[in-house]
Amino acid sequence: MKIGRPTIWALRAALLILLVGGWELASGRVFEEFFVSKPSAIIAVAWGWVLSGRLFYHAGITITEAVAGFALGGMAGMLTGILLGRLQLLADVLDPFITMFYSLPKIALAPLFVLWFGIGMDMKIILTATVVFFLVFLNTYTGVRNVSRELVAILRLMGASERHVLTKVVLPSAVTWVFAGLRLSVPYALIGAIVGELIAANQGLGYLLADAAGQFNTAGVFAALLAIVLLALCLNLAVKAFEYRAMPWQRGQAVREMSI
Amino acid sequence: MADTAGLRQDSRAAAGATAPALIAFEGFGKAFELPTGTVRAAENVNLSVAEGEFVTLVGPSGCGKSTLLNAVAGLFPASAGQVRYRGVAVDGYNRQVGYMTQSDHLLPWRDVTGNIAVPLEIQGRSRAEIRERVQALIALVGLTGFERSYPTQLSGGMRKRCALARLLAYDPETLLMDEPFGALDAQLRLGMQIEIRKLCRDLGKTVLFVTHDLDEAVALADRCAVFSARPGTIRRIVDVPLPRDRDLLRLRHDRRYVELTAELWDLLAPSIAGHADMEPGR
Ligand SMILES: Nc1ncnc2c1ncn2[C@@H]1O[C@H](COP(=O)(O)OP(=O)(O)OP(=O)(O)O)[C@@H](O)[C@H]1O
Ligand SMILES: [Mg+2]
Repeated sequence: MKIGRPTIWALRAALLILLVGGWELASGRVFEEFFVSKPSAIIAVAWGWVLSGRLFYHAGITITEAVAGFALGGMAGMLTGILLGRLQLLADVLDPFITMFYSLPKIALAPLFVLWFGIGMDMKIILTATVVFFLVFLNTYTGVRNVSRELVAILRLMGASERHVLTKVVLPSAVTWVFAGLRLSVPYALIGAIVGELIAANQGLGYLLADAAGQFNTAGVFAALLAIVLLALCLNLAVKAFEYRAMPWQRGQAVREMSI
Repeated sequence: MADTAGLRQDSRAAAGATAPALIAFEGFGKAFELPTGTVRAAENVNLSVAEGEFVTLVGPSGCGKSTLLNAVAGLFPASAGQVRYRGVAVDGYNRQVGYMTQSDHLLPWRDVTGNIAVPLEIQGRSRAEIRERVQALIALVGLTGFERSYPTQLSGGMRKRCALARLLAYDPETLLMDEPFGALDAQLRLGMQIEIRKLCRDLGKTVLFVTHDLDEAVALADRCAVFSARPGTIRRIVDVPLPRDRDLLRLRHDRRYVELTAELWDLLAPSIAGHADMEPGR
């Protein structure tokens, strides 16, 4: 028997209430409240930040960094992926260098970027962009490489130029991969922005987090984490909505009755 | 395009047995190198197709028929001999031909309308012209009502019809068709056959047509090439003595047609009977 959506949502809500309720009750009884805080205290801190406007200010900074870095890295990744995907020679030449850079944990570049770009927002944007770049680049490259040779041949026979092949076959067929890369990049974009803020900043959710931790304000730490999670959720939804618009032929694919 | 069609027709009308070949297989052979060994798909194929001629290819499955079409399209070089198109050895994609492949190869990200429009967009036609032409073709192949459907939402036969409409959309001088009507019902198939014959006759198209249906092979062809099992080579080329403007609807009553299909059956039957005691592999 198929379980309906409402039931699933009800079960989810029940689980959430159970977890939060359990946390609230266990805090101070089973666990030291200093370490785990408790939901009511977290909500109180978060609500205080909302009222004072602190939350929006810092969240706005982080969003700007994450989105700008995401857009910059995503764009650069796509363009490079398409270029190298189509130019075999260049890809072959660059391959070892790309692998080298890819294996480097990009976050390790943060101190260098602080030296180069200071502790302002641009340093976080560039850090985020660097992280996102590789994920989107590799996915785009794979997508362009995986384009069906048969389809390209069919278009060539129709007299298609390189530009036609690119716009009518290569890009549409790579777009699924590109979006896979973009979706994968969302959490990493936040990692980039927030790690940047943790290392050196006086604004942003990462700063809020570090600041609360510095004052042993556990409720503040959790409130900042909550804000970050909500932010990630929003970004994910945005990418999904964009994806839905960009790939009309994929719509309803999941709910389509299967036929072979 | 349109004005050269008349010219072409003239040259076809003048074309007798001595016409220069449009497509010529000269000792053509193709072997595929696989990790598991070499597959000899076709060997020593000699066949000339004159301009405006309709040639059908029949033969057992896997005997290299599709391979021949691929070679004319220039998808790969020959392993032996060569394929000439207008006297020039085919080297790389042959843009004079339109190819309707055995599997439909539609663009999954485009709906029916979009798929048929591809070749027209490549030719740089105007939007209005494309819309008009695509609509006419959709009606011709009987896909009305499915203009906005994506390939995954179509049946196998509908996808084939969509591919056919796409082929007809761009009006190439030579049509390579690999079992184009295999997945169609009897009525629709007859309709398409009539259409393709008409196209060949009125516009002087040259057609190389693979089919497993011997009736179809005779009904459509000016000549029919019968292949042996792999490695495919031509066993016989049968002239079809039916008029160019034959009436496909009444063919069943034509003695020559009936005799010829029977003859083809006899030609291919030994290779069917031979299957029972054929050793695997070669
Ligand atoms: N790209 C390829 N790589 C390797 N082997 C191939 C390739 N294409 C075809 N072959 C082999 O060549 C032989 C002939 O294939 P081909 O597709 O031309 O047969 P066919 O006559 O069209 O058969 P069917 O009637 O079943 O479509 C087959 O044995 C096949 O395995
Ligand atoms: Mg075939």
